[in-house]
Amino acid sequence: MSWTGKILRVDLGAGTCTSEPLNMQWANDYMGQRGLATKYLVEETDPKVDPFSPDNKMIFATGPLTGTIAPTSGRWSVVCKGPLTGAIACSNSGGFFGAELKNAGWDMVIFEGKSASPVYLDITNDKAELKDASDLWGKSVWETETELRERRGDPDVRVASIGLAGENGVLYAAVVNDMDRAAGRSGVGAVMGSKHLKAVVVRGTVGVKVKDPMAMMKTSNAAKEILAENAVTGQGLPTHGTQVLMNVINEVGALPTRNGHDVQFDGAHDISAEAMAEVRESDGQANLVSNHACFGCPISCARRSKIDPTHFTVKDKPKYQIVSGGLEYEAAWALGAANGVNDLDALTYANFVCNEQGLDPISLGATIGAAMDLYKVGAISKEDTGGHALEFGNTEAFVAMVEATARGEGFGKEIGQGSRRLCEKYGHPEFSMTVKSQEFPAYDPRGIQGMGLTYATSNRGACHLRSYTVASEVLGIPEKTDPLVTEGKAGLVKAFQDATAAVDSSGTCVFTTFALSGEDIAPMVDAACEGDWSVERFVEVGERIWNMERQYNIAAGFTGADDTLPERMLKDAAKTGPAEGKVNGLSEMLPEYYQLRGWDDSGVPSAETLARLGL
Amino acid sequence: MGITFKLYAGLSQYLPPTAHRNAATLELQAEETVEQFIDRQKVPRAEVHLVLVNGRHLEGPERERHILKEGDTLAIWPPVAGG
Repeated sequence: MSWTGKILRVDLGAGTCTSEPLNMQWANDYMGQRGLATKYLVEETDPKVDPFSPDNKMIFATGPLTGTIAPTSGRWSVVCKGPLTGAIACSNSGGFFGAELKNAGWDMVIFEGKSASPVYLDITNDKAELKDASDLWGKSVWETETELRERRGDPDVRVASIGLAGENGVLYAAVVNDMDRAAGRSGVGAVMGSKHLKAVVVRGTVGVKVKDPMAMMKTSNAAKEILAENAVTGQGLPTHGTQVLMNVINEVGALPTRNGHDVQFDGAHDISAEAMAEVRESDGQANLVSNHACFGCPISCARRSKIDPTHFTVKDKPKYQIVSGGLEYEAAWALGAANGVNDLDALTYANFVCNEQGLDPISLGATIGAAMDLYKVGAISKEDTGGHALEFGNTEAFVAMVEATARGEGFGKEIGQGSRRLCEKYGHPEFSMTVKSQEFPAYDPRGIQGMGLTYATSNRGACHLRSYTVASEVLGIPEKTDPLVTEGKAGLVKAFQDATAAVDSSGTCVFTTFALSGEDIAPMVDAACEGDWSVERFVEVGERIWNMERQYNIAAGFTGADDTLPERMLKDAAKTGPAEGKVNGLSEMLPEYYQLRGWDDSGVPSAETLARLGL
Repeated sequence: MGITFKLYAGLSQYLPPTAHRNAATLELQAEETVEQFIDRQKVPRAEVHLVLVNGRHLEGPERERHILKEGDTLAIWPPVAGG
């Protein structure tokens, strides 16, 4: 079976690392990664715990397919109670770290307590040890990873770490692995920092066993063939990356612009995939250098970029004149359109800084956008911002805010608290484009109605990766639906939510679902794991996980009243594009959604639903 | 006046030399449908996936019927996705 059957429990207070058997009943019911780690968190912690308390636990989790030959099997997650939201946090990352952890023989690492001084966890197969990280504290992700690699003298080690943002308690700090892949959202990096855990370094040579190797070969090859032949996963994403959406979403009038004042950005083309591929005059090169793949991924959606060396952000800074993780669509939107900034290299620089110091670019960019709104109405001034005219479209001021937040300096400390807290402090809570205190991403709910319900009901706060109905509403995958209507969206959102929870929990990438369905993924789980993993069981596990997360949030204090959107999305109509005159019709979708979920009118799962799912 | 014709991702090679940053202004023929216009621009149908007229999606059969009008914006992509 492809669960290793082993959990590493790290008591940071006592400084101990112990191996314990995986609870196989839970593995059968929650599969792995997102689902299984959340089950452990639910069982072992109080949902009302302060996210920064030593009593909050943080779990690094792989799935049963992580590290196997299944395509896109590099996924792993960080699960804890999130400090940005106070809700369940599960941040998914790619790269190579997760597969290495699995190959070292661990399904999960559970961190509990808090170390008195900075430490890092050093894993080589079944040997795990906490080591002093005092000399690493204060260093960036890039410096930490480079130093630990050199210290180990093994180029094949993998590192996940936090930068200054995680150390400083930025509420949307990320855990970054392999230099530029991140468990980005909800502030999991700040929880890591609160525990004085700087990094985890891992080398694994044990390998991953599967139940039926021949069936694993057969099902994985079948899935790879579908991914290769599918025009989106075989050509579109490898060639253009996610950034190709910039012009698409702008054209359909669903690109949240200048903190949601507009739904179309006149500078969209300047920050798009097409612009990344344009040769610039200064050095005859393009921003985009190449694509890049995570472990076992045939899609290669990631981008590698190089900033124009003469650009003001990097001209005196050689460390940024490198080829590194380039802009994805979400980052380009949040750092760009959300602020009215159309300088591609400035956004790429901001993205580099996010990777370097461990920040979620979505929440960072959206929070700077909210600050620009505050500046616009005079709620903050140059006195607050360190002399910067924080106007929409001011690239220099934007860059200054990114740097200040990364370093934890000046007004950056305020931006590091996220837009909900920032806007409340300065008297305009309505300027915060958040759900459950988490900034929403790059799809305006007025132009894509289903995404409104997606954000409102997402268990980790506003998020596109909990039910990516954009696939259906804009791209026609698996079937085209009208983005401007609310009818049918409740069922669509529920189906996407359950399927995504299952895919996440398998240890593969949700991007496979542009081509694969449960009919393709469940057989790989079945080949890898004990038990009969039918498609029906696969999806039911997803539904069970969704309801478990919901129950956690209810116990943490959330209610149906939190399943809502910022007023701007519900009252201020879109000004241009196909959605002109429209607001999001959340009230038309939410009751039906609750009903389809088997929840009562206030959004609480019924006893019958819980019993049906074995919760 | 004509229409604004936009080709993105790998399709930009089919734009006329007058195009700037993925867009060109082109004249319409009388009663020209979306599909007729695409054919006239020699964009291979197999590469035409996402078709938007003024931001609104047109399915395959609608492209045969929908007649373009002056001032429209027609934007086309090959198969793409993101997240």
